[in-house]
Amino acid sequence: MASSDGNKNTNTEPWGGFDDNIIQGTGSAVIDMENMDDTSGSSFEDMGEMHQRMKEEEEVAEEAEATEEETGEDGEFLGIKGIKGQLGRQVADEVWQAGKRQASKAFNLYANIDILRPYFDVEPMQVRNRLIESMIPIRMINFPQKIAGELYGPMMLVFTLVAILLHGMKTSGTVIREGTLMGTAIGTCFGYWLGVSSFIYFLAYLCNAQITMLQMLSLLGYGLFGHCVVLFVTYNVHFHSLFYILWLVVGGLSTLRMVAAVISRTVGQTPRLILCGTLAALHMLFLLYLHFAYHKIVEGILDTLEGPNMPPIQRVARDLPVVATAAMNAVNATVKTLVQHISIA
Amino acid sequence: MPILHRNRYLTTIFAGLSDVSISGDIPVEGEINVPVGTPSHDDEYSTLDEPVKDTILRDLKAVGKKFVHVMYPKKSSTLLRDWDLWGPLLLCVTLALMLQGGSVDSKEDGGPQFAEVFVIIWFGSVIITLNSKLLGGTISFFQSLCVLGYCIMPLTVAMVVCRLVLLGGSGMVSFIVRLIVVTASFSWSTFASTAFLADSQPSNRKALVVYPVFLFYFVIGWMILTFSPSA
Repeated sequence: MASSDGNKNTNTEPWGGFDDNIIQGTGSAVIDMENMDDTSGSSFEDMGEMHQRMKEEEEVAEEAEATEEETGEDGEFLGIKGIKGQLGRQVADEVWQAGKRQASKAFNLYANIDILRPYFDVEPMQVRNRLIESMIPIRMINFPQKIAGELYGPMMLVFTLVAILLHGMKTSGTVIREGTLMGTAIGTCFGYWLGVSSFIYFLAYLCNAQITMLQMLSLLGYGLFGHCVVLFVTYNVHFHSLFYILWLVVGGLSTLRMVAAVISRTVGQTPRLILCGTLAALHMLFLLYLHFAYHKIVEGILDTLEGPNMPPIQRVARDLPVVATAAMNAVNATVKTLVQHISIA
Repeated sequence: MPILHRNRYLTTIFAGLSDVSISGDIPVEGEINVPVGTPSHDDEYSTLDEPVKDTILRDLKAVGKKFVHVMYPKKSSTLLRDWDLWGPLLLCVTLALMLQGGSVDSKEDGGPQFAEVFVIIWFGSVIITLNSKLLGGTISFFQSLCVLGYCIMPLTVAMVVCRLVLLGGSGMVSFIVRLIVVTASFSWSTFASTAFLADSQPSNRKALVVYPVFLFYFVIGWMILTFSPSA
C-alpha cells in the first residue's frame, strides 16, 4: 500500500482518531461513519465530517507539495496547476462551510420561535377557566399552588389592556408631547408586564421562592385581567367613587390571588412579607396610575367634542391636582409669611 | 453520492497517484465539462421585455381581483395562492393619509400621525401572524400578512363614508351613522379574514386565532370612529 505522506499522526483527540482507518484505503477496518447519510445535523457527526474534510485537504495539499518537490520544471508546472486546482477546491470548500454556517444560524433563529410553541398550546376552554380563576384567591398557602405556564392568555390580556388604554387616552384628550399615543400605551403595558415580572422573579430568587420566570409572567399576565375590567368600566362611567370601590374589590381580589400563589411557594416569614408587600403594592399602584395618569378630563375639550347634546356623564375635574393645588397654596402662603417675617426682622 | 463516500474515493485515488512519476511528455491535464443545457428562453415569456403598461395593468388586475374576493368572502384560495403585498400597502397608505387631517393645532395632536397608523397596521399584522403560527397554523407568514392587509378594505371604505358624513356636520346623528357604518365594516373585516385564516387552524382553536384579529380591527375601527377633522 502506498504510504502517503499525509499519514503522519496529527491525531489530537484523546479517543483515537479517524486517521488510521481512512487514509489506508484498502484497510478492512471501516468506520461506520462512512455509512451515515450526510444530512445529519448532530454535532458529533458534523465534527467528524469536518475533521475528515480537514484531514483530507491537508493530506491532498501535502500530496501536491510532495509532487512539486520531487519533479522538475514540468512537475513544477503540474505542481502549480495542481496547487491552483487545490486552491480552487479549497476556496470552494470554504464557501461551502461559510454557507453552511449561515444556514444553521438562520435555522437556529427560526427554531427560536419554535421554542415558544409549547407555551401557546392551549384550548379556549382552558383560557376561559384561567381568566375566571385569576379573580378567585385560594387560601391554601402551606402547599405550593399550581401555576399554569402559558403565554397566550397573558399576551392577549396585555394587548387588550393596550386597546383599553388607547380608548381612555383618546376620550380624555390626553396630550402626548414626545412620542405617540400608541407608543406610550404599548410601552406602558408591556413594560409593566415584563419589567415587574422580572423584578419579582429577581426578588423571588433572593427570597428563595420556588417560582420560574415563565410562571411569574403567566401569573402577572392573568392578574391584568382585573385591571382590564376595572379600566374598561371606569373609562366609560366616570364616577370616581365607583372607581375606588372597583379598585379595592376587583384589584384586591386579583392581587390576593397572585400573592397567595407566590406565598405558597416561599418559606419563612420575612421573605413572604417582602414578596407579598412588593407585589401587592406594585399591582395596586399600577391600576391607580393607569386611571389617573391617562384619564384627566379637561372640561374645555369635552365641550368642543360633545356640543350641546351632552351625554349624562358626570364631569369630574381632576382631583389629584386639586390636592396638589391646595398643597401648593399652603406652601406658597407659608413661604410668603416666612419671607415677610425675615424681611421685617 | 454521499460526501464521505466521495471523499474516501478521492483519497484512494490520490493515495495511488503519489506513486506515479510524472514524466514530461505525458501531461496530465484536461477539462471535465459537464454540458449544462441552457434553459430555453423561448419557453417562458420574459416579463422584462414587455411594455411597462402591461406589467402595471396585470398587477392592478390581480390586486383588483383580490379586492373582489374580500368584498364577497367565500372560501377560495386565490388570496392565499398568489399572495402579494401591493394591496395591503395601498390600503394602508390610503387609510393613514385619510386619518391624517386631524386638528393641526400645535397644542394637541388631533389625529394619529401617519407613522402611527402605518406601524399599528404592520406591527399588528406581524403579531397576529406569529400568534397563529405558534398556535399551530399551516398558513405561511406572507400569506397571512396578505390576507390581513386585504381585509382592511371594508374599513377604508368606512373611512371614506365617515369623512363624507362629517362634511355634513358633527352632531349626534352623524355620530350614530358613523358608529353604525364603522361597526358594520369592522365586523365584515373580521368575518372576511377569519374565512381565510381560520381554515388553517385545528378546529377547536379557531376562537384563539379570531380574538387577536377582532382586537386588531377593533382598534383600527375605533381610530376611524374617533377621528374628527380640524374645525
